[in-house]
Amino acid sequence: MTLFLDYTLNGLANGMIYAALALALVLIFRATRIINFAQGAAGMLTTFIAFSLISRGWGYWWAFVAVLLIGFAIGAATQLVLIRPLAGKSELNPVIVTIGLLVVFEGLAGAIYGNASRGFPAAFSQRGLRFGNTTVAFSHFDVFILVAVLVMMTAMLVLFRFTALGLRMRASAFSQEIARLLGVRVGLLFTLGWGLAGIAGSLAGLLVAPTSAFGPYYMNLILVYGFTAAVIGGLESPVGALVGGLITGLCISYVGGYLGSGLEPLGALALLMVALMARPEGIFARPPARRV
Amino acid sequence: MDAAAMTKYVPRQPMIRHLLVAVLAGVVLWYLTTQLSTYNVYQVGEIASYVVVLGGLSLLTGANGQISLGHGAFMAVGAYTLGLLMTHTGTNFILELAAAAGVAAAAGVVIGLPATRLKGPYLAGMTLLFALAVPSIADKWPATFGGDQGLTVSAPTAPGSLGQEEWLTWIQILGALIVLVLLANLLWSRYGRAFRAVRDDEIAASLAGIHVARTRVLAFAISAACAGLGGALLALSTGVVNTGAFPLTLSIQLLAAMVLGGTGTLFGMVWGGILLVYMPQWSTSLSTDFNLGNGASAYLATIIFGVVLIVAMLAAPNGIQGGLRWLWAHRPRPGRGDHEVPAPIPVSVSD
Amino acid sequence: MLEIRELSVSFGAVQALRSVSFDAEAGAITAVLGANGAGKTTLLRTISGLVKPVSGTVSFDGGPLVGRTVESIARLGVAHVPEGRGVIEELTVEENLRLATLWCLKRNERQAAIEEILEMFPRLRSFRRSHASTLSGGERQMLSLGRALISKPRLLLLDEPSLGLAPLITAQLMAMLHEQTDGKDITVVLVEQNARSALSVSQHAVILNLGEVVVSDSAAKVSADDALRHHYLGF
Repeated sequence: MTLFLDYTLNGLANGMIYAALALALVLIFRATRIINFAQGAAGMLTTFIAFSLISRGWGYWWAFVAVLLIGFAIGAATQLVLIRPLAGKSELNPVIVTIGLLVVFEGLAGAIYGNASRGFPAAFSQRGLRFGNTTVAFSHFDVFILVAVLVMMTAMLVLFRFTALGLRMRASAFSQEIARLLGVRVGLLFTLGWGLAGIAGSLAGLLVAPTSAFGPYYMNLILVYGFTAAVIGGLESPVGALVGGLITGLCISYVGGYLGSGLEPLGALALLMVALMARPEGIFARPPARRV
Repeated sequence: MDAAAMTKYVPRQPMIRHLLVAVLAGVVLWYLTTQLSTYNVYQVGEIASYVVVLGGLSLLTGANGQISLGHGAFMAVGAYTLGLLMTHTGTNFILELAAAAGVAAAAGVVIGLPATRLKGPYLAGMTLLFALAVPSIADKWPATFGGDQGLTVSAPTAPGSLGQEEWLTWIQILGALIVLVLLANLLWSRYGRAFRAVRDDEIAASLAGIHVARTRVLAFAISAACAGLGGALLALSTGVVNTGAFPLTLSIQLLAAMVLGGTGTLFGMVWGGILLVYMPQWSTSLSTDFNLGNGASAYLATIIFGVVLIVAMLAAPNGIQGGLRWLWAHRPRPGRGDHEVPAPIPVSVSD
Repeated sequence: MLEIRELSVSFGAVQALRSVSFDAEAGAITAVLGANGAGKTTLLRTISGLVKPVSGTVSFDGGPLVGRTVESIARLGVAHVPEGRGVIEELTVEENLRLATLWCLKRNERQAAIEEILEMFPRLRSFRRSHASTLSGGERQMLSLGRALISKPRLLLLDEPSLGLAPLITAQLMAMLHEQTDGKDITVVLVEQNARSALSVSQHAVILNLGEVVVSDSAAKVSADDALRHHYLGF
């Protein structure tokens, strides 16, 4: 029974991280209808930068904030330089460009920092929380993950639903042309959307780093797990990303625990395929009207 | 006689035309292999194997509009099938190659079915997950799959006085020629038209009586079979199958090679194959020129691939073959003056 | 006042507009009529900036429009109600209206403007929190017109507002259009295939045929000219 509890708590904590990355993907998708495959690698790169800063004596929290801002800049710059010129052409082109960028980021990180895995400091203790005499498999750091992702998700929700900026972003995502006819500076908003997603991606990178083998490729699996989470949640809503993340996290935790470690990617693939066959538009999405 | 008169000797039937081109290419390649060093002959074989993989990928993405980031994994499926069959059975290598393609095709169906629910970037995401998941199977059961060292593949011995290297290369070249002819014929047939119809407008295609899901799964299965065959051919020539040969970057490099060669074309895949085989060499020599350390040079190849892919998508999305076609269409012609260039007759499989 | 001079637009080898020239006066409704494919929609899309012309100029109140981005043209006070209404289905009725106010009204003015529009189109009131996808064709037309009017535009471009609407609704719509623009300093360009109803509210009429202006005259004269009506407008 305790094993089940451990796996569940572990799955929930990891699920929050996948939710963070899913949030980044949802943000870009809602704003610009594109999936940024370089999102994970960008988060990896910014986390390496944080590592460098901390090694040079920066305080953890200063590095944390700095790197979130750098993530914003990378996201916005990517949209401005690489994605904007592709507007109006085949929808596969931005996909391929972000894949190229993924590879470039990984190569850069590998070339600058080398292949060896390192340890990344955690903001809080990674020992389990104590309740009376029992220690649970949920650490202070896991609580931080939970809080950080919930804060980010709430901020996104509030942004989209209750602000003028959020309205403009949603309108730009749903109908670029109409939004422009109503005076909305769509291009600027797309860049902003990618920038905000960059923040989410950087956050995910920082949250994952302490618990994994911190090397140039460590975000690849997180990216695809985040993608799975986003698809399950429907790619439209922050709440969907959260629920999708938790489902994915739990599933992967159980697969890894009961079926053996190393099979997690297969478990995620199976989950994704089942979700797609059962409910392709995701849990929270409204089925889109087909334009004939 | 002039070029115009000679065209009446080119057969009308596209299928026969493809066959003739293949035979001609075969003759040229035969001459080439007798002139090159053994190592270069090996590389020609490598290129041929990649052309098999890329041809299938070009069909999937160019003609059918589905993007795959997982073709490295299909190559692994084919290669491991070959390895396992060779280790546990003693059948003819041609049957084993066919089996490799068949098993990969089955994997293509398994992925292709949920893929019918996905478009563009969603599909790319799922195939990305697939690319990461498949190698983990081999890692999980090292006893069956040979662990880090992998499985050994004993190549069939060359007949007669033919050199072993030449023999292996020729297996790969013949494989590539046969696959290209089959793919070319397929793309000219009604299946090809169905692929393109589904790519261009699913709703219109289904209204025209084409079964959209079936068509998409078929495209996936065929391209997976090509990848599996290519992977098996490569295994045949390298003699070993292990997971180290199929990282995620391979799938991305396949995508890049296809794009740079010319998505949707078949001949362009030859450029793609050349890029795949020579890019690591060029970047290694580049990094020695710049005195970069060993670690950095491995990553330099990756960075260059990524940068070239990005630049190609922004500046030349039709790749090398597309550029060549453009040049051919805009070539100066005698007696035409300043008239508009007539639209070239579409020969690309993506038209 | 809108001035169009020698406007030519091509899509590849197809020339949609050939040297189109005419004026649309402020305070008046100018109808742009003609058969399908005559270039009417292209004309409006060129004015609002969605399409770039090959040559020619479009000026509004002396300022050129060609070369500006769509959003900057909209912020000059140009409201384009596109073909098919252009309501954003995933947003609610109120959100659709609010969206149009964001660039021109301050936060505390927006709600009042929305209420004013809902007063004008009472039917929309009951749908205010519903997604625009639930609206019927006529209701969508009201929404898109309301959305255009909420920003108090100086140039109003309407692309086939009567398309797909029952004649009764069309009549109401035209009456509403007349009411809202009569006596105000707003220039209206009304593209219609339903020439009869368009002529009934317009002061000026332009007829396009295959991308060219064949008639540019007062609406009364065009209505009265039987031969012209039969030939180009089908009635």
